[in-house]
Amino acid sequence: MSSLSQVKVVVVGNGMVGHQVVEQLRQKSDEVQITVIAAEARLAYDRVHLSEYFTGKTAEQLALTDEAQYQEMNVNFHLNTRVTNIERKEKFVETDSGQRFSYDKLILATGSYPFVPPITRHEQEHCLVYRTIEDLEAIQASADVSKVGVVVGGGLLGLEAANALKQTGLETHVVEFAPQLMGVQVDPTGGNVLKSKIEALGVTVHVQKATQVIKEGETSRYRMEFADGTFLETDMILFSAGIRPCDQIAKDNDLEVGPRGGIIINNHCQTNDDDIYAIGECALWNNFIFGLVAPGYTMARVVAGNICGHPQEQFTGADMSTKLKLMGVDVGSIGDAHAKTPGALTYTYENQPEGIYKKLVISEADNKLIGAVLVGDNSDYDTLLQYALNGIDLPEFPEQLILPTSRGDSPALGADALPNEASICSCHNVSKGDIIAAVDAGSCDLGAIKQCTKASTGCGGCSALLKNVFESELQKRGVVVSTDICEHFSYSRQDLFNIVKVGKIKTFHDLLAKHGQGLGCEICKPAVGSILASVWNDFVLQPDHVGLQDTNDTYLANMQKDGTYSVVPRVAGGEITPAKLIALGQVAQRYQLYSKITGGQRIDLFGARVEQLPLIWQELIKAGFETGHAYAKSLRTVKSCVGSTWCRFGVQDSVTQAIDIENRYKGLRSPHKLKMAVSGCTRECAEAQSKDVGIIATENGWNMYVCGNGGMKPRHADLFATDLDTETLIRYIDRFLMFYVRTADRLQRTSVWMENMEGGLEYLKQVIIDDSLGLADELEAQMQHVVETYQCEWNTAIQNPTSVKRFRQFVNSDEKDMNIVFVEERGQIRPARESEKVELSLNADEGFSSANSTDKAEAVV
Amino acid sequence: MNTQWITICKTQDLVKGSGVCALVNGRQVALFNLGLAQAKVVATSNWDPIGKANVMYRGIIGSESNTPYIASPLHKQRYSLLDGASLDGNSETLVMHQVKLEDQNVLVKLSH
Ligand code: SRM
Ligand SMILES: Cc1cc2nc3c(=O)[nH]c(=O)nc-3n(C[C@H](O)[C@H](O)[C@H](O)COP(=O)(O)OP(=O)(O)OC[C@H]3O[C@@H](n4cnc5c(N)ncnc54)[C@H](O)[C@@H]3O)c2cc1C
Ligand code: SF4
Ligand code: FES
Repeated sequence: MSSLSQVKVVVVGNGMVGHQVVEQLRQKSDEVQITVIAAEARLAYDRVHLSEYFTGKTAEQLALTDEAQYQEMNVNFHLNTRVTNIERKEKFVETDSGQRFSYDKLILATGSYPFVPPITRHEQEHCLVYRTIEDLEAIQASADVSKVGVVVGGGLLGLEAANALKQTGLETHVVEFAPQLMGVQVDPTGGNVLKSKIEALGVTVHVQKATQVIKEGETSRYRMEFADGTFLETDMILFSAGIRPCDQIAKDNDLEVGPRGGIIINNHCQTNDDDIYAIGECALWNNFIFGLVAPGYTMARVVAGNICGHPQEQFTGADMSTKLKLMGVDVGSIGDAHAKTPGALTYTYENQPEGIYKKLVISEADNKLIGAVLVGDNSDYDTLLQYALNGIDLPEFPEQLILPTSRGDSPALGADALPNEASICSCHNVSKGDIIAAVDAGSCDLGAIKQCTKASTGCGGCSALLKNVFESELQKRGVVVSTDICEHFSYSRQDLFNIVKVGKIKTFHDLLAKHGQGLGCEICKPAVGSILASVWNDFVLQPDHVGLQDTNDTYLANMQKDGTYSVVPRVAGGEITPAKLIALGQVAQRYQLYSKITGGQRIDLFGARVEQLPLIWQELIKAGFETGHAYAKSLRTVKSCVGSTWCRFGVQDSVTQAIDIENRYKGLRSPHKLKMAVSGCTRECAEAQSKDVGIIATENGWNMYVCGNGGMKPRHADLFATDLDTETLIRYIDRFLMFYVRTADRLQRTSVWMENMEGGLEYLKQVIIDDSLGLADELEAQMQHVVETYQCEWNTAIQNPTSVKRFRQFVNSDEKDMNIVFVEERGQIRPARESEKVELSLNADEGFSSANSTDKAEAVV
Repeated sequence: MNTQWITICKTQDLVKGSGVCALVNGRQVALFNLGLAQAKVVATSNWDPIGKANVMYRGIIGSESNTPYIASPLHKQRYSLLDGASLDGNSETLVMHQVKLEDQNVLVKLSH
């Protein structure tokens, strides 16, 4: 094109697709003038992950861009502004604030709005919808004053909304007009399996219910009356009964719309006016509205291309396959899920006890996969999708693709089997060929690939596949994908574990001499220290092991910023007698330690000098305490709630269970720290579902959850087994923990370990519950060894003169480290800041010491 | 400034593969024993110039392509035990002191 600088583009709507077209335009040309008119109060945000707002994401974190970025990109934008009219002849748009913007090309990206069925009295205060951040704020506000919530609509969005309501703590119901849930994506059997799984998670599902009127309630705020004469009481109602395109400005200005709405577009995404485009959820292509973000992104790319001189680019439809996790339940739908194609044949696999349903739809004529439904287990999704999208010939026995792997090898589709056109990331339209090109152009780590191709930066669903393709390409180029732990050992942590165990290696020195090189480092030493402890469980401060430990392990305490330490005695299950509380208080007072209740239901005492640690522990041990391993990569705490002993809702004795479990696994060295919790009923006051192992009491026993995480990247734990008796529970935890200890990478929490595990939760269940690897006895025996060889390290340390010698600031003097200075705050000590130290005129450079300053420092305390 | 050899402690006060700290003329000196079979000692300042605390002796000893180093126990910055320079490209360094072993005794000669 001669000069794009003259071209004025106006984009109406700044949703996900409206934003994408702005980015695409700017990528293709610095010159086009771009004006964005957006009805919402903020620039584009990630609607796809909107529900994460309820799990703590903020509006800023959901934002896809910000005002500074738009300014930098030289994009004019007007927020809180709605286009009300298009003057097609004179080529300008008018807004509700009366402004006019002329255009050469106009792009409508107005999206859609939630459909609210015409139920009598649906316009009441606590009747809400689920589409924008403001909607979520209103839902949160309503939930705060409600006990019961109902979602009207059992489709994909409805179930996501139900999950959100459940997370806000409401008793949650789903009311669906059709006889099944998610009728678009899954077939009736799949819908049933899904229903029972969701109900097991505490959401009540009502199908075939047509709401007629919303009246005042008796026990709750409202009563919903259904066509069949039944009713349901609730405090709030969330409508999620489908979406309708925002096409009013098109209708008003003689742009063609479909009979059921949607602005009609051709393959160039043009409306019947060549200079006006429509993209995203407001557009109707081939009589179809795409309610997903990926097709909208493709349309955005086509339009940006067309405007910037690539008229050949076209939109030719999009794949509507979806994979999602609803309340922890996997659901996947590919292609012709309902087997509507003439001549389609199906294979199904249903496992009622575990709530798994899988269906393949194939066209027998040409031996291709054309559709699939997965409920309860999505592990085959990636492979099936590739078969379907790329028309790969099915294996001889297609059913192998969905049968459980333990009963025969499933022919998993390696990255190599994919053709170059295979779409890897549908959000950003990245093919295998694009990834190969990026590798050839020099991208040599996954981060670089993501940055330059954008693959896996949308919904993230393709990340595992991307990693596979990338690594296989590297391998083809002779690049060794190194899993070596560091330069001293050409082995992964898992390899080292096996070498230590099989070779009966007991010291780092021995391992280094036989299998490594150099001196070791801060990476391999603690890792090997941990492996040696997991396998042999010797005293960690034995002379052979001392140099291996991270400083916290060496001093059996956590180092603070000023070089002092914290002291954390174990308080199993959070239960503590008044006598012990007093004893703890007395020690803290005697040594003037800063005292704080931790997030792990115990007490942390800060500000102990290294030379004070053995003295403090001597007193604590005398008072009946033992080490809490707060310094180690090992079991931290098993949190508990009061449970059935006191709580009127408790169904089992969670405190006893937590104490027993904490005492069983205390001291176990593991790749990273371990946290557990036991709750006495489903109210879950111990927050077990955010722990590595979570246990929740049921009427019939215990439900076990695994691989949860708080911290930097929270992960909800997966339900692993239900209604276990205590003996089975302990057996499963033994096996689970030991399997983790054996196979995880260094510093890999169970959550990340699980995310990276091939086969995921189902595989783990096979190993732990079905003993598919025949390892169970060995894992249990190894755990038993660790349990039987437990020792309180502090107890051992204070009785061992060599160990005690380690706790000296100076080998040649009894002086103290003069750089440690405390000041008082709220009646306790805290480390003095640098400026305060200067004020106290202490030389903070190199451990300056004199009799005078000693007095001074003491005086401050 | 005193630049004499000063006897600090006995070799058995050192810890194999790890560090201890001595107070020498008011200055804190970290003594690392790199030798696994036989004592091989290096002395540096004990002050962590980035963490701003007297803790270097509590770090982990490692090696990178045959350069022995000490990693700060606070935030893992690494300093060469050959010359005290940062191995992570920081401008901060550790001061190196001379050290020798004589009849079970450890002697140090302080740098300025
Ligand atoms: C003391 C405490 C904070 C408090 O005052 O409450 C604390 C303090 C520290 N936490 Fe924590 N965490 C404490 C509870 C938690 C919790 C809450 C819980 O356990 O219920 C979490 C989130 C839950 C989880 O881990 O899944 C938590 C997530 C972290 C993380 C992030 C872990 C992650 O997987 O993302 C780190 C960093 C790490 O481990 O790499 C961390 C690291 C630390 C360290 C060790 C940082 C350090 O290296 O100095 C802190 C030193 C403690 C000390 O000196 O004693 N702390 N930390 C809590 C001690 C609990 C206990 O009794 O043992
Ligand atoms: C909770 C939730 C979960 C979802 N999950 C997924 C998922 O997992 N996967 C997936 O692919 N898709 C998902 N979607 C759908 C996805 O979010 C949409 O497909 C996508 O946001 C459509 O983008 P859009 O830009 O076309 O429309 P929108 O994002 O709706 O943006 C349209 C914008 O235009 C503005 N506008 C409308 N009219 C005017 C006017 N006249 N003047 C100015 N501005 C106007 C609107 O205010 C709005 O901001 C989900 C949607 C929701 C609500
Ligand atoms: S949140 Fe950060 S600062 Fe607070 S205790 Fe945990 S690690 Fe320390
Ligand atoms: S498929 Fe959504 S990010 Fe790749």
